[in-house]
Parts: sequence; C-alpha cells; structure tokens
Amino acid sequence: MRGSDNYNKPNDRAGFSLETLGDTLHVNAWGYWNLSEAAQLDETFSQEVDEKPYMSVVYNLDNVDDIDTAGAYILTRAIRCDSEKCFHWSQKTPNSGRQVLLEAAEKAALGRLRPPPRPWYQMFARIGESVMRFCHEFYDTLVFFGRFLTVLSGLLLRPHKIRWKSVVAKTEDVGLNALPIVMLLCFFIGAVIAYMGANLLAVIGFQIYMVELVGFAMLRELAGLITAILLAGRSDSAFTAQIGAMKMRQEIDAMQVIGVDPYEALVVPRALACLIATPILTFFAMLSGVFGGMLVAWLGPTDISPVLFLVRLQDTVGMQHFWVGMIKAPFFALIIAVIGCRQGLAVAGSVDSLGARTTSSVVQAIFTVIMVDAAFSMFFLEIGM
Amino acid sequence: MSEFIVEARNVLTQFGDVVIHESLNFSVKRGEIVGLVGGSGTGKSVLLNTVLGLKKPEGGEIYIQGLNRAEMIAADRDRLNNQLGVLFQGGALFSSLNVRENIMVPMREHTNLPLGLMRELADMKINMVGLPANAGMLKPSDLSGGMRKRAGLARSLALDPAILFLDEPTAGLDPVGASAFDELILNLHKAMGLTVVMITHDLDSLFRICDRVAVLVDKKIGINDRLEKVLEYDHPWVKEYFGGPRSRAALTAGGK
Repeated sequence: MRGSDNYNKPNDRAGFSLETLGDTLHVNAWGYWNLSEAAQLDETFSQEVDEKPYMSVVYNLDNVDDIDTAGAYILTRAIRCDSEKCFHWSQKTPNSGRQVLLEAAEKAALGRLRPPPRPWYQMFARIGESVMRFCHEFYDTLVFFGRFLTVLSGLLLRPHKIRWKSVVAKTEDVGLNALPIVMLLCFFIGAVIAYMGANLLAVIGFQIYMVELVGFAMLRELAGLITAILLAGRSDSAFTAQIGAMKMRQEIDAMQVIGVDPYEALVVPRALACLIATPILTFFAMLSGVFGGMLVAWLGPTDISPVLFLVRLQDTVGMQHFWVGMIKAPFFALIIAVIGCRQGLAVAGSVDSLGARTTSSVVQAIFTVIMVDAAFSMFFLEIGM
Repeated sequence: MSEFIVEARNVLTQFGDVVIHESLNFSVKRGEIVGLVGGSGTGKSVLLNTVLGLKKPEGGEIYIQGLNRAEMIAADRDRLNNQLGVLFQGGALFSSLNVRENIMVPMREHTNLPLGLMRELADMKINMVGLPANAGMLKPSDLSGGMRKRAGLARSLALDPAILFLDEPTAGLDPVGASAFDELILNLHKAMGLTVVMITHDLDSLFRICDRVAVLVDKKIGINDRLEKVLEYDHPWVKEYFGGPRSRAALTAGGK
C-alpha cells in the first residue's frame, strides 16, 4: 500500500493513502497518529478527503503504530459529519480499543456546535449594555445605602448589638495604620503649595500671602480630599477584597443561614470605623500639611519665621475654614465604606469578578469622593463660608 | 524499560517531626488501574503529590517510566509532564478561563497545533467526558460539582497522557453520576491504554474498575494486590474497611 500513487507522506513518522472502490473510500493509515503529528496530518488529510467522492469509509489501521484521540479525530474527518448524521464507516481489522476511540471521535464530531456568526449590531448592543449596567450600578448602590441606613439606625437604638470589638479592630486598620502615609503625603503637598505660591507671589512682592494660600488650600480642600482618596485606595479596596473572598467561599451564605445579618456583622463595623477614623485622619492631615508649608516658608527664600506664620494664620484664616474641611470627612467616610462593602457583596463566584469588583470599587469611590467634594465647595461658596 | 511505570522506593515523608510515610514502596504496572485507599490523614494525597513531584520526599526515590525523579534534567521533566494527567480533588480549573480554554492550556503549552484544531480537539474531550457541547463556553464557577470534575478530567486528558492520576474522582457525585464516571474511566482506559492511579473512598469504584488495590496503613503500603487478596489481608483497619456493611453491599452488587 505504501507504494500506491496517491500515497501521502506529510513526514516520515506518519502518513496515509486514500483509495476509492465503488462509492467506498479506503483509508490506509500508518505510523504515529498522535498529537505530535496532528498539525501536519490534519491539513493534508482534510484536503485529500475533500477531493474524493464516496458514500462510506473503511479504515485500515493495521500499520498504525500509535493512535490517540487527536489522530482518531482527524481520521473521522473522512466521514464528513454535520450536526445530525455521518457516513457509514467500519474498520478493516476490528480492534476494540481503536473502535472505542473512533466512536468517541465520531460522537464528538456529531455533537459539535457551530458558533453563531457575530451580528453586525453587536457593537451597539455592547454600548447599550454598558449604559444599562451603569444605571443598575447606580440604582443598586442607592438600594444598598438605604438598607445600610435602616440597619444602622436600628443598631443605634440598640447600641449593645453593635460589634464594638470589630469596630475597634477596623478603626485601627483604617485609621492608625493609615496615619503615617496620610501625614507624609499631606506634608509634601503642603510644602509644594508653599513653594509654588512663594515663587509666584514673589513676582508681585506679596510673599507673605503664601500663609493664606497654604491655610486655605490645606484646611478647606486638600487635607480632606487627600485623606479620602488614600482611604479609597487603601481601605475601600481591602473591604471589597475581604468581603468578596468571603462571598466566594460561601461564608456570607453561611452567616445568613445561621441568622447573622451580614450588614450588621460586616458593613456596619466597617462604616463606623471609617466614620471614626476619617475625621481624625483629616485633622492630622491638616496639621502636617500646614507644618510642611510652614517649614518651606521658614527655610525657603521667603524666610517667614514659624511664629510669624502662625500668627498670620490665626489672623487671616478663620476657624470656619477648618470646619468646612472637617464637615466633609464623615461624608467621605460613608462613601468609602458603603461602596467598598457593596462591591464586595456583589462579587460572584469567579476570581475574575473579584478583580472586576475591586477595580470598580476603587474607581467609583474616588469618583464619588471628588464629585461630592465639588458639590460641597459650590455649596459653601454660595452660603458665603 | 522497567516493568513498572510508576515506582516509589523507600519513600520517607515528614512534615517537621511528624512522619507521614516511612520506607514506603509502591508500584504500578503499565496499563492497569490501581486504587489507593487509606484512612483520612494517612497521606494519600501527600503520596500523590510526591509522585507528581509537587513535594520532594525526605528520603527514597520516585521512578516514573524508569527515570529517577531526583536526577531528571529539565527536558526529561518536560517530556514527562506531557505524559501525566492529573485530576485534583476540586477539579482545579483555572477560574478565569472557560472550560474549553482550560482544556486548551496544556495543548498551547506543549504543542504547536493550529488554533482551530485545538478548539475542535478540546470540544472532543468535552464530549468524551460526557459534558454537553455548550459547556465549553461556561466558566468553572457556572458548573456544578460533578460537571467541574468532568471538566477537570477533560483537561487532564488534553494531551492523551500515558498515566492518569485521579484524586477522589467520585467523591461528591451522586451514585448514578459516580457510576457513570467509573464507566467513563473504564472506557478511556480501554480506548487509550491508560494507566490509572486513583485515590478513592468509593467502594463501588474499587470493586468495579480497579485491577489492584493498594492500602496505605501504618505509614506504608501494607498490601498492593488484587482485591480478593486484599480482602484476606490481616490488618485491623483493612478488616474494618472492607468488613463494614457498605463494603459487603458493594461486594455483592459488584460481584467481581
């Protein structure tokens, strides 16, 4: 058989020849019909088989040294399966092991689904889906917030039911552990503002106004905003990951069955911890920002002494600016806790969804913090504070 | 080549001071199905990990296809990995990929097949393990426990391995599903000439499909022989294990 005219030799390890007798195709295969030869065999075999007219197939596998599922699958290309029926086929020398392999390959070919073509409007469908998803996200977050407020007010009436131990532990994590990084960052931002301000104001000879610049910027806006953004990156993502991992391992389901409300046990302690920690962090952020500005004013070219700096700060920057900054802190705290926990509880079973939820948690938290901050700024300007 | 396709000689395994295996000998012949039984915590999975090379034994040697694991060079290890298929207890599917992509991972890594053929072969494996055709597009998190096992088996078969290791393949399946899974393994064994090593607590599987049964007692393989011999083996744990009511029911039903 190896000498016949249409003898085919993709390489020296495996090959085949095809012969049509009547309307029967005889497939003579030899060599190693396995995964390592599959790529070459598949190409030549499919081509050759396509050119031949026939109605049934006989396989002669006597000279095959080794056959695996890939080889069997390629051989069944000869029986031209569509989704319902195949050509009749048989083996020249029955061999039960190979019969099972070929049958498995035939069944696989029979049941194969053709992928549906992509419709042209798919792009618009995706745009629509993401708009819908945005609306759903917004709605779901509001629903979550409402439920959280209900549970929280219920707990405030019965404070002994609040898990104080958990609150304290989370406060340490959210507040105390974040303190160094928050202070360091605000110190540098205060210093940068002072430096930039000093340079610009020196042009018109009003260097002394840098005190007001640092005071207004740090107290009213930056201390609170920087703290909130840092917490959104640090604690909000941690909330989502913690609660999300618990959700994935069915711990949340277990809680509900035992009768522990996940809002009481997980969400409220985190929210309270944020509510306690954020104002304190904001306060220290203000201190270190002003300190950074003072240091630059003293050691930089302006040479404003710390005493002069502080006296001028007291004279020109009123107490209300401090309160404008501080009043925003609890709102930021709630935003961070609620978005972090809500995204965590929305995690589904897969690792992918945990990653996606953590990402959107941080993005949403930072976005919302900045939006709310802008709204507050306009409000305070309008009422003249 | 040696008569045994997998062989462990004088293996010593310990975690800290706790000795798990001591002078353990275990061997599997080419083309047979061996069941590995033992009480909980006797180190069945640890033995599997040792054979797979996931854990280095503290003493002794592991031979696979006549090659010593400790002395293998990288090329040998690569070639060997192509010939081992493993079904871990939970399926261990990659959760960020769908079932078809999971099955394609070993193919992508070790062959240079065209993508289209790879997909078709993956679909064939999905069909072979008895999953519906549309399961290929599903993520592991969308599958039930039994389907996840089947998908894991399909992935372990991706490269047509010579040796298949199964860690409790039928645990957590209903009796009908478990018996279908046994049937499936028998069929694959017949079709591809597989050597199968399975850790199992399922007495029905032991009676129905295992050629030999190895019993892990007292930190070593107490006996590794045909089931009739194992049943006569004089050890209190073995007597209890095979003498219980569940075992007797399986024995009369299996009638092997």
